[in-house]
Amino acid sequence: MSARIGVVTFPGSQDDQDALRAVALVGAEPVALWHRDADLHQVDAVILPGGFSYGDYLRAGAIARFSPVMEAVITGAREGLPVLGICNGFQVLCESHLLPGALIRNGGLLFINRDERLRIESTTTAWTADYAVGQEILIPIKNGEGRFTADEHTLDELAAEGRIVARYLDNPNGSARDIAGIANAAGNVVGLMPHPEHAVEELTGPYPGPATDGLPFFTSILKQLVAA
Amino acid sequence: MTTQPSPAQNTSTAHQYTADTVENAAATPETEQPYAALGVKPDEYDRIREILGRRPTSSELAMYSVMWSEHCSYKSSKVHLKQFGEKAPEVDFLLVGPGENAGVVDVGGDLAVTFKIESHNHPSYVEPYQGAATGVGGIVRDILTMGARPIAVMDPLRFGAADAPDTHRVLPGVVRGIGGYGNSLGLPNIGGEVVFDPCYAGNPLVNALAVGVMKKSEIKLAQAHGPGNKVVLFGARTGGDGIGGASVLASATFDDGRPSKRPSVQVGDPFMEKVLIECCLEIFAEDLVVGIQDLGAAGLSCATTELAAAGMVSAGVGGMDVQLDLAPLRDATLVPEEILMSESQERMMAVVTPANVERFFELCEKWDVTATVIGTVTDTGRLRMTWHGATIVDVDPRTLAHQGPVYHRPYHRPDWQDGLQADTPDSLSRPKTGEELRETVLRLLASPNLADKRWVLEQYDHRVRGNTVLAHGEDSGMLRLDEESNLGIALATDGNGRYTKLDPYTGAQLALAEAYRNVAATGARPLAVTDCLNFGSPEDPEVMWQFAEATRGLADACLVLGTPVTGGNVSFYNQTQRSASSAGGPGSQAIHPTPIVGVLGVIDDVTRRIRLAFEQDGDILLLLGDTRDEFGGSEWAHVVHGHLGGLPPKVDLERERLLAEVLIAGSRDGMLSAAHDLSDGGLIQAIVESALRGGRGARVVLPETVLDQVNGDPFVALFSESAGRAIVAVPRSEELRFTDMCRFRGLPVARIGVVDGDAVEVQGHFSLPLDELRRAHTRTFPALFG
Repeated sequence: MSARIGVVTFPGSQDDQDALRAVALVGAEPVALWHRDADLHQVDAVILPGGFSYGDYLRAGAIARFSPVMEAVITGAREGLPVLGICNGFQVLCESHLLPGALIRNGGLLFINRDERLRIESTTTAWTADYAVGQEILIPIKNGEGRFTADEHTLDELAAEGRIVARYLDNPNGSARDIAGIANAAGNVVGLMPHPEHAVEELTGPYPGPATDGLPFFTSILKQLVAA
Repeated sequence: MTTQPSPAQNTSTAHQYTADTVENAAATPETEQPYAALGVKPDEYDRIREILGRRPTSSELAMYSVMWSEHCSYKSSKVHLKQFGEKAPEVDFLLVGPGENAGVVDVGGDLAVTFKIESHNHPSYVEPYQGAATGVGGIVRDILTMGARPIAVMDPLRFGAADAPDTHRVLPGVVRGIGGYGNSLGLPNIGGEVVFDPCYAGNPLVNALAVGVMKKSEIKLAQAHGPGNKVVLFGARTGGDGIGGASVLASATFDDGRPSKRPSVQVGDPFMEKVLIECCLEIFAEDLVVGIQDLGAAGLSCATTELAAAGMVSAGVGGMDVQLDLAPLRDATLVPEEILMSESQERMMAVVTPANVERFFELCEKWDVTATVIGTVTDTGRLRMTWHGATIVDVDPRTLAHQGPVYHRPYHRPDWQDGLQADTPDSLSRPKTGEELRETVLRLLASPNLADKRWVLEQYDHRVRGNTVLAHGEDSGMLRLDEESNLGIALATDGNGRYTKLDPYTGAQLALAEAYRNVAATGARPLAVTDCLNFGSPEDPEVMWQFAEATRGLADACLVLGTPVTGGNVSFYNQTQRSASSAGGPGSQAIHPTPIVGVLGVIDDVTRRIRLAFEQDGDILLLLGDTRDEFGGSEWAHVVHGHLGGLPPKVDLERERLLAEVLIAGSRDGMLSAAHDLSDGGLIQAIVESALRGGRGARVVLPETVLDQVNGDPFVALFSESAGRAIVAVPRSEELRFTDMCRFRGLPVARIGVVDGDAVEVQGHFSLPLDELRRAHTRTFPALFG
């Protein structure tokens, strides 16, 4: 039996098609979810994609958090539903308090679209089991507000509990402690500023490569769901 | 929120405003009207009165002023643009030609592609961020209007000198605007240009190209027919932004001594446009519209008249009644004249059968898009508008949309043209020693026009939608259209103002030739053309000559290359006052004539794409084409000597065709590892770009066959900008097969070296390590703008 992985489309979501494609590429069943729909349609995991939900007006992710679909996602996540928030999705997870901290304007103040080298720091999450700890991968970033910040206590706690999922090797935006992605305590909810769904095909991935370093995020969750 | 028609709307205005009704206009023929301030010439005003048989109402005058403006009516350019139709090559893939919102071509299977380029030059000078942002928004709506999903954008840009203070105001704003709007629409930005020249100081060129894809059966046209059908205005509410933008901003120069005519530049809301796109695509998928038009320049005036006029032409009967007071407003104090002229962004108008209105509104409600029925298609042959019951417009819409003034503007070859062409670069001092050649390579590589543009390009998202196969830094942008068949398209834009200044006829052909060559270099077959013709004032006979020559050259070249012009845009009045101290003295100065040409190509299998990077040590480097001593308008003359004179490179369109065929065959048969067209900066610039992109050096030996063509001068071989050339890298195992093909087809080919090492070495002359080249190439933009 294959796994059903939902991708939420908010008005203003941009990378929803890319996330659906990545899910299909690894052999899972992609399910499009609509922001007004409180029903998750029996999906086994949810991806909150990149983009500018509700125009990112007020604050990135601030309005999306109150959408009907997010009520279901928040409830599910607290009960163990695997959730991956990419870029704007990470911002939504922070606004929803499923993850600590916040994403603020980049250090250089500009939008940055660039292939970034990351180091995987944790493979105990639902989304990173197919990586090795310390593995260096190449994944694109593209954001204007991608600088992770949190109070020192929280940052210490994230590090101590192994909840830092990935770090930048060349911190592009001033993120605290080079953090590119974090997990919740249970490891089912992961927020990631870089875009693994843009590194899943030789044809369209980072050039010069490696072009498909994002695939293990999607194979990891598929394996876990199929094994369950 | 969706609103059903309600006559109670906008009542706050009703109490404060007395409409100039048709009845009143007929009764008060002597009323003085401010037509001149609206850009309407006295003879045009007389013609309006003649058409109507009375004076226009103030609302009608507003409509005529915007619809008859240069921007909307093409009144100065029309007689020249006709050539694109008259000389159009016979092709079987053109589904929609010029005249609609954008041209449509058949790309194979059941797919059609629509693409078009437009300018937003003047607003981008006044307000760089919003000007550039709404430029993207406008062209994307044109593509959407054809029934297509927009899938990518490109932005050819021209700025004043890179180190000029005003460039540091304009460029960062323009780049942020393009990124801020385009990124928020979820459209990959896959190419374009950033070029500096002092002639664009005070008048940057901000051109925007968009491309979309649809099923052939889903093409939509901007026509209102079927009496009784409903006219729906949907999207953003109408506000006071951009009022008169079309007629005033594009029809008169800045700083022209008269009272300020700068209205506010339109303000964009990309989020609104994004939901509007998705909403429209769902509406199209259910086939709910009879006709559709976006609201761009001239806003409601343009949309209502073009829909009604086109409907009358195609169906032989038509007309439209509009209740203007039903238009949802952002600012309730707006009066009808302002509502008609407003260029508020993110608005669309659809014609919907009564049976489909309910479903249409349901989809708008799903996307939280405001939609309002504001009118009905009629069979009266008139466009009538009322304001709280009083008739304020009653015109034949064809007189606005199709029967605007046509000017045969006088033109003549400038007196200075001969002197400019006689001032050849032959006497400029040229580098001779290996050390001088080496220094020249580094100097050109670091010059703003040839330097690495990463600082700009990293602000654009080129990845979204996941179909971008090639983007910035390659010869053309390439998109996958079909994940099953791997069918794709390639797009390149090019234009060289210096070449065109030296010889407008040839310069326009060179722009086409370069874009055509760029598309072929990536392995795609060039199909069709869109053009953005950026020129000075058409009231200047010398500018008009440049325009006439450039359009003639482009039309002639399109015929030879078999690539029809499918649509585009003319931008006149690109000039500003110059101070007495500036070069050329005081007075109004036109930009270099700058036709920007976009070429669309198709590739059956995007996995066959060719990059420009040297990827494999040991690959053989081949130079295709002939090299001549051609430095007129070259980057070398510009950067090293600040010189512009002589003639541009010769153009040989049959040779361009042959070169393209060879490049496409090389890609199709898997013979090529890399290909790169030669243009600005010549052979050595192309080699360095390919080496840096692939992280692999090259050992170059200039062969006798090439040196013989250039009097044995290595400088000419390395820096000449002769057209019709490319370099390719081929695996050793393919060298013979490829060179045999070239010789068989009659294309000159010369082995010039091998991909190898971590330096670019020209044997006997100089060697430059990749690290040093990379430093020179990448430091310029961060130093200027970072």
